[in-house]
Amino acid sequence: MRVLEGERVTRYFGGLAAVSNVDFHVDQGEIVGLIGPNGAGKTTLFNLISAAIALKSGVIRFKGENITGLKPHQICRMGVARTFQSIKVFANMPVIENVRLGSLFGTSSSMSPVDATREATGLLEFVGLSTVRGTPAKDLTLANQKRLEVARALATKPELLLIDELMAGLNPTEVAQAMELVTRIRDKGITIFMVEHVMKAIMSICNRIMVLHHGEKIAEGTPQEIATSRKVIEVYLGE
Amino acid sequence: MNITTFISKRTLVPGLITLILLLLLVTSPLYAPAYTLILLTVIFMYIILTVSWVIFSGPTGYMSLAPAAFFGVGIYTAAILGSKLPLLIVVCIGGLFSVCLALLVGALTLRLRGIYFAIFTFGLVMLIAHLLLFWELHVTGTRGRFVIAVDHTTVYYVMLGILVILLLTALFIRHSKFGLALQSIGENEDAAAHTGINVTLVKVITFAISAFFIGAAGAIMATRWTYIDPFIAFNPLFSFMPVLMAIFGGMGQLYGPIIGAVIFAYLEEFLITRFPYYYMLIFGVILVFAILYMPNGIVGLIQKWRKGGQAGEDAGT
Repeated sequence: MRVLEGERVTRYFGGLAAVSNVDFHVDQGEIVGLIGPNGAGKTTLFNLISAAIALKSGVIRFKGENITGLKPHQICRMGVARTFQSIKVFANMPVIENVRLGSLFGTSSSMSPVDATREATGLLEFVGLSTVRGTPAKDLTLANQKRLEVARALATKPELLLIDELMAGLNPTEVAQAMELVTRIRDKGITIFMVEHVMKAIMSICNRIMVLHHGEKIAEGTPQEIATSRKVIEVYLGE
Repeated sequence: MNITTFISKRTLVPGLITLILLLLLVTSPLYAPAYTLILLTVIFMYIILTVSWVIFSGPTGYMSLAPAAFFGVGIYTAAILGSKLPLLIVVCIGGLFSVCLALLVGALTLRLRGIYFAIFTFGLVMLIAHLLLFWELHVTGTRGRFVIAVDHTTVYYVMLGILVILLLTALFIRHSKFGLALQSIGENEDAAAHTGINVTLVKVITFAISAFFIGAAGAIMATRWTYIDPFIAFNPLFSFMPVLMAIFGGMGQLYGPIIGAVIFAYLEEFLITRFPYYYMLIFGVILVFAILYMPNGIVGLIQKWRKGGQAGEDAGT
């Protein structure tokens, strides 16, 4: 079943086509990777899906329902959560409150404060942040702040999780842990659409990969197909 | 169980102090001289302005300079309806008119952030004052209005009533999930929106709540002034004072803005009576020093002092 589907999705910034006529889809239970050189439009595409910015033209559907034109909080409550490339945690709030906010406001049906705390505690354990639950979010390491964003997104009980560069700036050990976290999220039954530059990670955990270049989709396929595609190698993988 | 320990440990002492204070304030018209009552009324007014301002601007970080607009709407409501309707209804209507203005302005402008929002809200005060002046000069052909006077004990009680309801509302918001949402907007508005919070709605509602109390305070205060005109009613000082009082008191705790407002209001009264010509100058100097040496306000000072007293070796960290 198609969880997410976009048709001729287009957005301009001034005269620049940040995303132009992109068709895409994500099936239930998949991990789909989105790659491309800097400025290819990857984060813009995520911003369009999560309604951070508006489409110029095209349609985005979630589980067959048109979600174009909805507000970010509505998209979130429908079941599409996201993390941010540049960390956006609630810096001065304790870690647990960051996650509780997701449970309290992001789920489709409202949750009592007690349930939200229980839910948040469980999620902190899931991402491995139980020991720092009372620490202000700003005092965490980069890797942990990224985990916190994932926990906050999961607290909204998403069916689809958009992960924007979870592994950028992490050391090899942290990258391995992050990869393991992504597969565990998928095993919970959550579909994943992720932007990533760490090739090793993308190649090993994605079922399917999409390549953007100058706002256009230039390739799509299994990791194997992408790694051997002439076009992709030319524009992205180099030489 | 949990609730009893919560009450006994965290709220018993402050709760008891509040209760005694409230009793003293409620009974003071029986024995206090009229001057004290009038001074207290002014202090209450400033606390209402400051705490209302903090309800919205404290957690969200949106610097609103609109209080004078809401205050003025309340004042004009009293001037126009004061002779026609009972006092309490006039006060409520003053608050509700302010709510209408806040909803309109909020829906239009809360997408502006930072300094743009501050400037717009300040412009709003000036715009309304000048529009009213134009209206009075060219349409009604008058300048200013008289307000039905009310005896000072009644004014005192109404102001105290507004204050108590406001403080309860502020406490409730602080400890509710709505307050948590407000705080998250101040921390990172984008992240709040993508975490499922309807940021526009939360902001506009809070802005309107804060406007209600300011408008109500304006409506009751107008009865003490008896004569008003657009520039008395929409005096920009009522936008700046709450901000200064809140900064002076410190916004980390609810009692911060209250202490700030009490000290400032008393200081103003003291300086005006002792040094009528230099009072603004002295006021300004005190303010500059307060902001330079107490960046977190009085609350910050108290917390620093408490920490220092608790653990000597941890002091300064």
